[in-house]
Amino acid sequence: MAVIPLEHGLLLAATLFALGFAGLIVRRNIMYVLMSVEIMLNAAGLAFVVAGSRWGQPDGQIMFLVILTMAAAEVAVGLALVLRFHRQYQTLDVDAADRLREQA
Amino acid sequence: MPAMNLFFYLAAGVAVISTLAAITRLNAVHSLLYMVTSLLSVALIFYVLGAVYIAALQAIVYAGAIMVLFVFVIMMLNQGPQAADTERLWLSPRTWVGPSILAGILLAEMVVLLHGEPAWLPGDRVVGAKEVSVALFGPYILVIELVSLLLLAGLIGAYHLGRREPDVHGPEGR
Repeated sequence: MAVIPLEHGLLLAATLFALGFAGLIVRRNIMYVLMSVEIMLNAAGLAFVVAGSRWGQPDGQIMFLVILTMAAAEVAVGLALVLRFHRQYQTLDVDAADRLREQA
Repeated sequence: MPAMNLFFYLAAGVAVISTLAAITRLNAVHSLLYMVTSLLSVALIFYVLGAVYIAALQAIVYAGAIMVLFVFVIMMLNQGPQAADTERLWLSPRTWVGPSILAGILLAEMVVLLHGEPAWLPGDRVVGAKEVSVALFGPYILVIELVSLLLLAGLIGAYHLGRREPDVHGPEGR
């Protein structure tokens, strides 16, 4: 039977999370920012499932379900914001919206 | 069994490579293709780890529904007279050959896994849909309620943000 070391699974989750975080920091296009957040959420879920499978318990998978639902809600609101953003600024550059209030 | 570990490490390599490609591509559609591959490889990892139900959910919800939302928005924001040229550009083989190779590796793994001997069944212990559901509607019933509230809030929020307002600032200004 396959026994994948816990460390390797967690290492993969950490790598994916770091890649998502790098994308979040580096990219300025708002679509990439949202995609990087998705990658990070998925990596966190992977860590939960890896830990859950290590102990053979369903708890990790339930936490993954919570993360999955949260990602779905987050992406729905985020993409609605993207559409709004594009309508207002005609661009997808997040730096275009660096003021809390519009300039007069 | 070392063969099972090989499945895990191969899928992990595909996941890392496709995620790296997803955050470095300049074109949003290209990186979406890589992103779908990345999510599918994580689904395969879940299967290898014995979380079969979650593997199916990952493929359906993450790689399916959430990515479809992204595709919708990207296509919506790309309208215009040059859209046809852009489409033609995206259909060039250079665009999809990379994700296809990575997805082909995953497909080969899946076929081998599904046709393997029973001893190749995933994980040291399969925690399937039944156990997850029993736990979900037993001790975790509050989580279901919270998650349904979250989904409702997301629905209302997305509707509110997405509706087209007549005029935000009105004729009399702010």
